[in-house]
Amino acid sequence: MAAELMRNLKNTPEVRRRKKFFLSHFWGEMLWSLVRGILVMGICYIIIYPLLIKLSSSMMTEKDMYDMLVKWIPRKLNYDSIVQNYKLLYGFMNYPRALFNSLVLATTVALLQMISASLIGYGFARFDFLGKNLFFVLVIMTLLVPPQMIMVPLFLNFRFFDFFGMMPVSVNLLGTYWPFILTSITGMGLRNGFFIYIMRQVFRGLPKSLEEAALVDGAGQLRTFFRIMIPGAASAMLVVFLFAFVWQYNDYQFTRMYLSNTATLLPFSLEQLTRAFDVERYSKEYISILNNTGMIMFIAPLLLLYAFLQRYFIESIERTGIVG
Amino acid sequence: MRIKFLPRFTLRRKRAIWGYVFISPFIIGFIAFFLGPIVQSIIFAFNELSIKAAGFDLKYVGWENFRYALRVDPDFLRVFTETTVQILVDLPAVILFSFFAANLLNQKFRGRWMARVIFFLPVILTAGIVYRFESGDILTDVLGYVPDETEVFSVSQSMMGLLMVLRMPASFTQYILTAVERVPDIINASAIPIVVFLSALQGIPSSLYECAAIEGATGWETFWKITFPLVSPLFLTNIIYIIVDSFTRPGNTLVDLINDAAWGRGIYGVSVAMTWMYFGVIAVILVLVFLLLARRVVYMEE
Repeated sequence: MAAELMRNLKNTPEVRRRKKFFLSHFWGEMLWSLVRGILVMGICYIIIYPLLIKLSSSMMTEKDMYDMLVKWIPRKLNYDSIVQNYKLLYGFMNYPRALFNSLVLATTVALLQMISASLIGYGFARFDFLGKNLFFVLVIMTLLVPPQMIMVPLFLNFRFFDFFGMMPVSVNLLGTYWPFILTSITGMGLRNGFFIYIMRQVFRGLPKSLEEAALVDGAGQLRTFFRIMIPGAASAMLVVFLFAFVWQYNDYQFTRMYLSNTATLLPFSLEQLTRAFDVERYSKEYISILNNTGMIMFIAPLLLLYAFLQRYFIESIERTGIVG
Repeated sequence: MRIKFLPRFTLRRKRAIWGYVFISPFIIGFIAFFLGPIVQSIIFAFNELSIKAAGFDLKYVGWENFRYALRVDPDFLRVFTETTVQILVDLPAVILFSFFAANLLNQKFRGRWMARVIFFLPVILTAGIVYRFESGDILTDVLGYVPDETEVFSVSQSMMGLLMVLRMPASFTQYILTAVERVPDIINASAIPIVVFLSALQGIPSSLYECAAIEGATGWETFWKITFPLVSPLFLTNIIYIIVDSFTRPGNTLVDLINDAAWGRGIYGVSVAMTWMYFGVIAVILVLVFLLLARRVVYMEE
């Protein structure tokens, strides 16, 4: 019965037309997913390529560098020479100390920026007050002005810090973490306006009813903020933290200005490598291997952090909210 | 928390005060670490600044700093035009690429998660110091170990041939060529614009697409009538972001020059004057972009 019905169906022109459509649709889909696969893989390759080059070079010996046939994988993966490469740099870069300092600085700055951006973002998202739009335009302004414009004045302000004459004697804050702390808690750190913008959007996206319920039940503004709003925005705050952390960790210009490049921090110890290895003692090729090893050691902590946090990062994008 | 010392305020005013309380860190920071420095930088641009142990000295020189930057400095004018052109080249390329990539990553396919993880990787790999090492590394310069330059070159050669055959206008050909050579840079600069577009794409209610499908709209029509208009406000956001990003992006030679003038050569006034000119150009570009786009953007009511 059913088979007969099928045969009958098959013969009608309508079914034939549909089948044809289905098939062409199917092949179209297949073709597109093929093209898409190639595109995605190509782009991924371009992104990962510099990382791979560094990684493979850090595992080579000097001989491999001369060898024209060796491009990616060294002739012999010699465990000892790899360890030797890394060990040499471990000492040269003062790695444990520099890494520790860099992590402490980046964590401090990122935490402070996250807190200040949440507070300010919440203020913009939920309250109506005179001049709110004007203040928000000012937030965007702080982003649009090249940081170089305020670098020299900031340098002088922190060198002779007296809070616009409000303190009797000026203090030299350079060489301490105070410039970072002060600019971070006031939402003026590197690209802090961007974080304020993100947090404002996130808080605007949260439902108002929960907050109103808390207020009606007698919770104060601050309590509502910490108990109701913060948990709702946690994943976005984590993303802000990640951004702030990464930018501080990678930053060279401001960090050098505030601390000078003699501070034991990773970017400066990486910079010192160029001076530490002179061409008389080592061949150019070997210096190149060491430089690449140094860069891997600089990037590695960030890659680890990203590996742990990418889930939150991508999820918070999927749940929208980050920008809206 | 009740504000006891101000008992007669209405709820509205109380809320307004709380608003100021929440944004007060920004107001303090803006005045102390932004407005103050900006005013100072205007003053510095017209003065010769020398730093002493107990403070700094200013000597009024009028437009001399600007004149020095434009006339005397051997590199500024060249680097200045190059950087401006580079922004104009990058802006459309990054916008188009990131919009395309966001649409790609929004589709369902196997390994999408992995692809997203890798596409966002450039966000964390933006260290200027690493970039400086790369460009100074002998792998890239002496041995020609990295073969890409030649490969890209040959690609652009054959592409130029194709575009010539197609009789495209020369300026268009030139633009494509410049863009092709900068593909890795463009991809790296696109990471956050992709994030922004992607989250906007995810935010489009699926009911709209269902509706369109029922009405018989093709994928092409759906894209131009639904996806594109609803994502359009984010074009402005992204253009702003790309420009902001270019200030700190490694490889921005103008910023290197400005930094060198201040921290290397110690001519602070000239450095500030250069930055003001840079900012002027950026402001003009932004205003033009706004005039061009502001009317075409579609806002969905909240």
